[in-house]
Amino acid sequence: MRTDHATEDLLRELAPQVLGVLVRRHGQFEECEDAVQEAVLAAAVHWPDEGVPASPRGWLITAASRRLIDQIRSDNARRAREATTADQSPELRGDHADDVPATDDTLVLLFLCCHPALTPASQTALTLRAVGGLTTAEIARAFLVPEATMAGRISRAKQSIKAAGSQFTMPAPDELPERLSVVLHALYLIFNEGYIASSGSDLQRADVAREAIRLTRMVRRQLPDDGEVAGLLALMLLTDSRRAARATPGGDLIPLAEQDRTRWDRELIAEGTALISAALASSQLGPYQLQAAIAATHAEAGAAEDTDWRQVHLLYKILERIAPNPVVTLNRAVALAEISGPRAGLELLDTLDGDARMGGHHRLHAVRAHLLEAAGDRPAARENYKLAARGTASLAEQRYLESRAARLGTAEPP
Amino acid sequence: MKFLLIMNVNPAVLDALTEEERNEIGEGHGAFIDTIKKSGEMITTQALADPSQTAVVRVRGGQPVVTDGPFVEAKEYLGGFYLIDCESKERAIELAALIPDAKIEGLGVEVRPVMFSDGTLEA
Repeated sequence: MRTDHATEDLLRELAPQVLGVLVRRHGQFEECEDAVQEAVLAAAVHWPDEGVPASPRGWLITAASRRLIDQIRSDNARRAREATTADQSPELRGDHADDVPATDDTLVLLFLCCHPALTPASQTALTLRAVGGLTTAEIARAFLVPEATMAGRISRAKQSIKAAGSQFTMPAPDELPERLSVVLHALYLIFNEGYIASSGSDLQRADVAREAIRLTRMVRRQLPDDGEVAGLLALMLLTDSRRAARATPGGDLIPLAEQDRTRWDRELIAEGTALISAALASSQLGPYQLQAAIAATHAEAGAAEDTDWRQVHLLYKILERIAPNPVVTLNRAVALAEISGPRAGLELLDTLDGDARMGGHHRLHAVRAHLLEAAGDRPAARENYKLAARGTASLAEQRYLESRAARLGTAEPP
Repeated sequence: MKFLLIMNVNPAVLDALTEEERNEIGEGHGAFIDTIKKSGEMITTQALADPSQTAVVRVRGGQPVVTDGPFVEAKEYLGGFYLIDCESKERAIELAALIPDAKIEGLGVEVRPVMFSDGTLEA
């Protein structure tokens, strides 16, 4: 089954709206979600041959409602009770299915799928299915797990939401910032899942990064004044702008300093930079905005040596203050080394050795190796590259670290 | 994150188990499989035949040389594994502790992150 892109885009746009309509009418998120998934699959099969119906949204609502009633009727245990209710509901019989207000419940759905009772892995899977309109098979492929595994995870996620007794409404205003940060984190994870993949056989996963961008754009349309939503979208766009330059055709990683900057996507950079500039000027500062500002600073340097490292360092310093995290300090050490020399960076790294969250993490070894190399201590740099290579769980990263170690040679320089 | 939960078996330890203990292990694996299938963390599991059934292949001078029996003389052999996909290493360790082998004196379950995957995953 291969649906053309226009139909696919339309289906993904409509799927959460249709689900919103069904859940508002019938409750039962779990059953409605299954019904919508089936209706979307049916549309993907029929529309390319038979043409897109005059009211695609109405078609999907009718199809999903029919499936919902079938499902309810086939459920013997509840048959008597619920089929009666269903028969009384005109929408479930498929009449006047398009006669509904065009409200968009997409954001409400997103809050539901990113319920704090779920693990991040379940939030991302459920979001991609219920809000993104992806099939279980597509999500399974993106996360490199069997479809049965993903089906189990999604089904468990829906049960957990039900058990948590959550309602299909927007979170209360006092809960909103916290709930929104869970949603943004889930979108960030979806983006990373797709972005980390780099080699040819992983092209499927690049779609997931694009999907994360699409969903974040959607959130931004609903919450245009939120600085962190804008910051996250800018961060994704600016990061994604480097996609073509970040790996060799063979899948080997190319570090930022060595990337061919002519291959960076100027359009994405322009959009991301404009977004983050506007957000910084008008909103309360937050971690995504700062990370986007750092990405924008790198993006505006035509060559690695033109990078404004003082600004990068300052931004990391503010980020360290508002969202302390050893990885931020690690990144600040790189910037500090650029402005004050590798020894200053190495001294800052030493402060992380006692941090339980960072101790022994391969990125600490990798950055230390890089700074030792810059300081001219080749044997220690080599040792740290090798330590880092042993510690990573990414094959591409391991190859890169091993090649850096090998480049430093085994013998003393002449 | 994907992890391989490796069950190394010691034939001498297994031989010394009582019938009751054997049954407990069998049921324990059944319950474990059920748990990780429902949670959406199971990818696949395989149990291997006795090490005596193994053959080692070496190509020397372009010619395959096949010897019967395990690769090295050891007390423990790979007995089987679970391939799982879960949230974190902590969760992988939590799951490994649910495998009945982990409770048997002389045995244990090894937890190792997966680095590369290919091939179809539908077992």
